[in-house]
Amino acid sequence: MTSTGPRVVDFPLRRPGEAFPPPHYQDYRGERGLVVCHLPNGNRVWLVTRHEDVRAVLTDRRISSNPDHPGFPNISQTMGVPRQEQIPGWFVGLDSPEHDRFRKALIPEFTVRRVRELRPAVEQTVDRCIDGLLAAGTEADLVADFALPVPSLVISALLGVPPADRDFFESRTRTLVAIRSSTDQQRDTASRELLRYINRLVAIKQKWPGDDLISRLLATGAIDPREMSGVLMLLLIAGHETTANNIALGVVTLLAHPEWIGDPRVVEETLRFHSVADLVSLRVAVEDVEIAGQQVRAGEGIVALVAAANHDERAFACPHAFDPARTERHHVAFGYGVHQCLGQNLVRVEMEIAYRRLFERIPGLRLAVPAEELPYKYDGVLCGLHALPVRW
Amino acid sequence: MRITVDTGRCVGAGQCVLNAPAVFDQDHDGVVEVHDPAAAAADPEAVALAATLCPSAAITVHRD
Repeated sequence: MTSTGPRVVDFPLRRPGEAFPPPHYQDYRGERGLVVCHLPNGNRVWLVTRHEDVRAVLTDRRISSNPDHPGFPNISQTMGVPRQEQIPGWFVGLDSPEHDRFRKALIPEFTVRRVRELRPAVEQTVDRCIDGLLAAGTEADLVADFALPVPSLVISALLGVPPADRDFFESRTRTLVAIRSSTDQQRDTASRELLRYINRLVAIKQKWPGDDLISRLLATGAIDPREMSGVLMLLLIAGHETTANNIALGVVTLLAHPEWIGDPRVVEETLRFHSVADLVSLRVAVEDVEIAGQQVRAGEGIVALVAAANHDERAFACPHAFDPARTERHHVAFGYGVHQCLGQNLVRVEMEIAYRRLFERIPGLRLAVPAEELPYKYDGVLCGLHALPVRW
Repeated sequence: MRITVDTGRCVGAGQCVLNAPAVFDQDHDGVVEVHDPAAAAADPEAVALAATLCPSAAITVHRD
């Protein structure tokens, strides 16, 4: 490293149990906004930390999402889920225009209006989970018993998984997303069983279409039945642990700031403040491109750190304060550009209803362990909690 | 104030409908449409926010 060159930092950037967002993000933003790290495989990867630059990277056509490009920063395993070559339809790894066919076919399922129609069903699901909590006693693990089941139940209903299969479907899904409590081999098996099940479900919906996402998607003719497994696995994974982490972290934050309980603006601020998907926006330059005044060469990997962007003091006043009343709304917790989270409006509704009903129905909710003993997790991709012991 | 939308760029995130529901809507395909251009004048801030938040820069606000 020369005195004029970019700073080279260690990878991984943070470790389990460390404060989040990492305090050194502030230094990175302050210096040049762009730092370099070397992955264990020796690849050089650029970390983009300023809000303005993250948005620019995620909308630049010279920058690709395709993991098949050499130099793509494969810092995150896809949690046992196979990649493009084994699973067609995994369209987050495609660029425009190939990507757009999938996105356009799915958009009608996640419009603001469509998600509004789903509200009663989400509320029913949340209430049923709270019924379960209350019936079981006066303490619970809110991650296992609430934050994970809510999105899991919502997704299986959305996809049209028949009620008789939901236990199977949810147990496999949970094995897949529960990083600590399941082994690699268990996740592998769960992933294969889920893929097989999804393929069978698609075949059934082809023969006997119903009023569900799979049937409607097949009816558009835009997605080949063979690509459906990738599309559906993606919806399953993308909408699951991220939502669960937001629900759990939001509850912890509300317990620390009870003055905000009942305020719907908590949803947007929780998304920004925790930025659970900090390491999800991975890219590779396919042409030489200038970012934050630095020359990034074709073939070099880029990580757009959304938590760093969402705590950028250039974009947010007092970014480290949890302030649902803040007026800046341009966080990039869902990413930016053509890959911005498709299910974001559903996530918002799930979070809003989960917080509201939980504190309405269990007003005496409190942590069962000191806040500093909460098992925060950082699995290399997402931030969240392994468990959230509460009592009431 | 005049608003134009590029339906080809729209990725259906719905940020415009969420933040300026009086002005923007999503059609059957989930693609942006301006359903009441006159409403924009009543809440120029919401329209500006919708344009800023749009992840695909599909909304342009012309101040003419």
